[in-house]
Amino acid sequence: MSSRTTASPSTTGTAPADLGLVMRGVHLRHGDGAETVHALDNVDLTVAPGELAAIVGPSGAGKSSLLAVAGGLARPDQGAVTVAGHDMTVSSRRARTELRRRHVGFVFQSGNLLPALTAADQLRLPLRLGGRRDRAGRDPLEMLGHVGLAGKADRRPHQLSGGERQRVGIARALMTQPSVLLVDEPTAALDRARSHDIVQLLAQEARERSVAVVMVTHDHDVLQYCDTVYEMIDGKLATSS
Amino acid sequence: MFLAIRELGFARLRFALMGAVIVLISVLMVMLSGLSVGLVRDGVSGLQNLPITSFAFAHGVQHDSAFSRSVVDASTVDTWREQPGVAEATPFGNTLINGRTDRGTEVDLALFGVETDSFLSPAVSEGDRLGPADGIVVSPTAIDAGLRVGDTVTVDRLGTKLRVVGVTEQQDTFGHVDVAYVPLATWQAVKSGTPAGTQVSAQATQEITAVAVRAADGDSVDLAAGDKAAGTESLTLEESYGASPGYTAETTTLQLIQGFLYAISALVAGAFFAVWAIQRKQEVAVLRALGASTGWVLRDALTQALILLALAIAVGMGIGLGLGALISGGNVPFALHPQSIAAAAAGLLVLGLVGAAAAVVRLTSIDPATALGGNR
Ligand SMILES: Nc1ncnc2c1ncn2[C@@H]1O[C@H](COP(=O)(O)OP(=O)(O)OP(=O)(O)O)[C@@H](O)[C@H]1O
Ligand SMILES: [Mg+2]
Repeated sequence: MSSRTTASPSTTGTAPADLGLVMRGVHLRHGDGAETVHALDNVDLTVAPGELAAIVGPSGAGKSSLLAVAGGLARPDQGAVTVAGHDMTVSSRRARTELRRRHVGFVFQSGNLLPALTAADQLRLPLRLGGRRDRAGRDPLEMLGHVGLAGKADRRPHQLSGGERQRVGIARALMTQPSVLLVDEPTAALDRARSHDIVQLLAQEARERSVAVVMVTHDHDVLQYCDTVYEMIDGKLATSS
Repeated sequence: MFLAIRELGFARLRFALMGAVIVLISVLMVMLSGLSVGLVRDGVSGLQNLPITSFAFAHGVQHDSAFSRSVVDASTVDTWREQPGVAEATPFGNTLINGRTDRGTEVDLALFGVETDSFLSPAVSEGDRLGPADGIVVSPTAIDAGLRVGDTVTVDRLGTKLRVVGVTEQQDTFGHVDVAYVPLATWQAVKSGTPAGTQVSAQATQEITAVAVRAADGDSVDLAAGDKAAGTESLTLEESYGASPGYTAETTTLQLIQGFLYAISALVAGAFFAVWAIQRKQEVAVLRALGASTGWVLRDALTQALILLALAIAVGMGIGLGLGALISGGNVPFALHPQSIAAAAAGLLVLGLVGAAAAVVRLTSIDPATALGGNR
């Protein structure tokens, strides 16, 4: 943790890779028998702190599956996954939940905010999910201001635009100061200008806070802001030209 | 808590509708509780106030009508008195009469025939204790109904005149009829249908309804052995309530309704929270993906159910108590009993929570991976 917070932006590109996300020889199959889908086929991926990696590919290629495995939502059938040096493939669901709470941030398509919560409460929520001692984190109001939503702290999701919702989602994911941010199609519900804003925000946050960001997208327009671009086809991951 | 209370506030209309159902059930529950306590009091308070532990009725008597059918020979009293553990045994006579006061008011009375110098002769709050052959001591509820100390009640058909000399200390009713304690000899005359001024037959002076038995403090009486010796059939005081007219039918009906209400509240809570859980699927998947443990999700959901149920039950009980206060004191047998109301509230809360818990456990099976795009 301390090495990450003391790292300056200029050194993040060379920071030790195991502080970010590392996946080695990961396989994931869904279903069984003739129905088996090889969602992840020998995937290797390293994303360093401060790096924004994009994954593109056709529908059903396994992009969401990769994020699920990277964040400990699903256990791979084979292979190693570490986040900031922590093994995300441990069998205990409880242990993976705790690792996720401490080290991983998720940003979902269309924000996936909780309808009952105001923007400020959306940001407080991650700090409330652990025990009392986990409550220290960033200041929600400051964070909202940081993503350009100062003055909208009391709005509920239905009172926010799609782009604003996505900003709240990104701010929420950053509240616990995660090592890795996993982002699934953040611009799917947004127009062109908003899409650029959001991905620029992600790139900026990745650098400023030395977070390893993996973003799945269909939107080739926004790849200019990404450090690395991977392409996923039929569960296989390859570097894109 | 964090999410639970915010959701309660956000979806307040939805929760209020659900709460309203529980409020209504709670009101009904208070009403039923008041009614059952009232009915029990109206049905058997005369028996409850007797300082005895059991009755020895005639052998083979039907239990649900023992008081009206049982005839026991007075000599069995002596047999019972000698049983080990028996502190006192005394004759007890019971019969219902219709009569008319000298002022023309119609009265129904449940006569309790007792020996005037026995331990069953009641203390009085007004007037004199039993003594004169025609003197009766009545329940204060009879006074509320218009009878006065000094009134003479003439028994229909027989013409026997009974003079109200005193009033017992607390409500004494039997099968919803006011109790009048009467000297045993007078009771025997009325029970045997002997008209006023006629000699009571020798046989009638030997007949009583039952032997009232009081066990020595801390001692228990072997009722079976006593029955064998005396040729009687004993019922404990509590068992004898079932022999009071209508008692068993009334209490089982009310218990049945109460049982249904408990079941309904559990089902209503279960159905509501089942639908709520299905609607929250995506939201819970997000919570789990953000790092909420299943324990956190369950605690939050159950806290929500607890707050909703407790609030609704409190409001319902409050309304019920208000309505009950209006009703009690009238003609309806209704009495609010703090303990039974608290028990009903606790029962509703526990069963509501059980219903909610059964619905909410499904939240644990939600796959957090469904929070990711593509599955929406
Ligand atoms: N829970 C599951 N059970 C069975 N098969 C699944 C499950 N989840 C995903 N799959 C399959 O695994 C493959 C990869 O799915 P995944 O959601 O990772 O694709 P994706 O690249 O994210 O697609 P999209 O671009 O449409 O979101 C698909 O063929 C899908 O049908
Ligand atoms: Mg997907």
